[in-house]
Amino acid sequence: MRNQMRKLQKPTRTAIFTYALVIAAFVIVQILVAGGNVNSTLAGQFVPICAYVVMAISLNLTVGILGELSLGHAGFMSVGAFSGVVAGMSLGGAIPSEPLRLTVSMIIGAACAGVAGFLIGIPVLRLNGDYLAIVTLAFGEIIKNVINCLTVGVDSGGLHFGFLSTADALNLEPSGTVIINGPMGISGIPKLASFTAGFILILVTLFIVMNLVNSRSGRAILALRENRIAAVSVGIFATKYKLMAFVVSAALAGAAGTLYAMNFSTIVATKFGFNTSILILVFVVLGGLGNIAGSIIAATLLTVLPEMLRGFSDFRMLIYAIVLILVMLATNSARFRALPGQLASKLRPARTSAKEGATGE
Amino acid sequence: MNSDHPETQLVPLPPLNFVPERDAGQQPILEVRNLGIDFGGLTAVDSLNLAISPTEISGLIGPNGAGKTTVFNLLTKVYQPTRGTILFNGQDIIGMNTVRVNRAGIARTFQNIRLFNNLTVEDNIKIGLHNQIKYGMFSGILRLPDYWKQEKIAREQVGELLSIFNMGHLTQHIAGSLPYGAQRRLEIIRALATRPKLLLLDEPAAGMNPSETAELMENIAKIRSTFQIAVLLIEHDMSLVMGICEGICVLNFGKVIAKGTPSAIQNNPEVVEAYLGRRKEGGHHVEG
Repeated sequence: MRNQMRKLQKPTRTAIFTYALVIAAFVIVQILVAGGNVNSTLAGQFVPICAYVVMAISLNLTVGILGELSLGHAGFMSVGAFSGVVAGMSLGGAIPSEPLRLTVSMIIGAACAGVAGFLIGIPVLRLNGDYLAIVTLAFGEIIKNVINCLTVGVDSGGLHFGFLSTADALNLEPSGTVIINGPMGISGIPKLASFTAGFILILVTLFIVMNLVNSRSGRAILALRENRIAAVSVGIFATKYKLMAFVVSAALAGAAGTLYAMNFSTIVATKFGFNTSILILVFVVLGGLGNIAGSIIAATLLTVLPEMLRGFSDFRMLIYAIVLILVMLATNSARFRALPGQLASKLRPARTSAKEGATGE
Repeated sequence: MNSDHPETQLVPLPPLNFVPERDAGQQPILEVRNLGIDFGGLTAVDSLNLAISPTEISGLIGPNGAGKTTVFNLLTKVYQPTRGTILFNGQDIIGMNTVRVNRAGIARTFQNIRLFNNLTVEDNIKIGLHNQIKYGMFSGILRLPDYWKQEKIAREQVGELLSIFNMGHLTQHIAGSLPYGAQRRLEIIRALATRPKLLLLDEPAAGMNPSETAELMENIAKIRSTFQIAVLLIEHDMSLVMGICEGICVLNFGKVIAKGTPSAIQNNPEVVEAYLGRRKEGGHHVEG
């Protein structure tokens, strides 16, 4: 058995660790909930945490694995949220089973976000580095504002769409309902999301992202991050694989958006603005670029942390920022990480090594 | 340009080293005519004519800045030539991009090594095998039978390719942490993984010690005989160039100044001048 474990390659071991981490966390939380050890504020965070974890994993695919900075990830989340909720609310009669309706909504949300990712990806992925970051930021804001102007209603004749107009202009039948009401967003969302659904979505996301990375397509994506010129020289179409990573990332963000929206009774487009994009980017950077397990841990801790810090009232966000900076220093700075070792060697009398260091310079 | 005159295109070019019993009746694998590129006002490569036989090892030499790497970049379409034609395997590749050129059968290495540094040796080679293994994104994500079958083939090919250079024990090492010589060898293996018909090596022996260079020479010869491919290499190490190249093309300031067999090149006064400068005449020392 031990021999078999050792024979497994590193990616497989990492994958097993990540799945185990998520499943263990889910089991522990379920035990805590069953024991009545979780207060209602924290329990209310479970679904958003799951959504943020999925967001972080999916953004890690773009930022960590493809190596392109995207600052508009919340835009895809909102496309998924709104299209998923529209699907969920209009399919209320057709699919009575709630879990099935949530699944279908998520798939529709993911598909719509994926299409949005594809359309935006075509112009955006011609750029590199800072330019790409700026343009994704712009597209994130554009998506937010477009949804802010959108009205959607449903009646027996199907869906009605309006843009920059009031809900009355949709010409709905008297029995019809308005779903998206412009800047007022969606209200009266059925609460289909649950912690279990979020947990399953995380597992599905992990399955998709980790299997993708350890396949032919994923290696092509990694190759583009590592050295674009070399990747092209061995016959890898750069645009195709950049777009593939971007679309998968957007689709997963869409599914996360649906899950997130289905947890609240009201949702507005301004929720998915630049701040949310940056928040998710913070999860990814803090967890480590390309490190999936790190993204999961960072997303969880940083979503729970503001709640934990409620005791500090006004200073809450200040302390949040300080914690962020300290964690960033501790995990990303080689000097900081070497500090304990340096301290230890200073405490020991090591005159010879100091002399060598001096002559070396 | 005069050199663009159609008549010049009709004259068949003999390969750098024409061996009748080997090359008679065979189309050259690579046929370059009047190839040139200008960067603004600077002509980096000027009307290059070159033909290479399907299993020939040839060398491209010249002083620093002569345009050797630019020729490689033109052949792999990193740069779009300003003029000229490139026929590869009977196919005009002038309209192709770098990816298509590689798929057509030209693979290269780089002067400043370009490996996928944070990935393992195995993954580096598997990326080279990208177009040899055939399954799509969904087979990969859902782990369909296609995935297992093709990945198994890929693993076997990685093993075979690594065994050429006796690097089988390094499979799981991170490419960036390998010693310099091993990195160069890995880059050659990655290029070979794309199953090329022509392998372009840009200074394969740079930074290698004499014993490593000797080993490299053996390996290049072995690659040629195993894969039956043509090799064109840029190299400053004359022991390697004169030791294994059957034909040599000398560039200086973007122009071909000599072509022929190693012995002919060694005695060519223009080549000697390009490398060493002209003998003093009338008290002037003119640099080449």
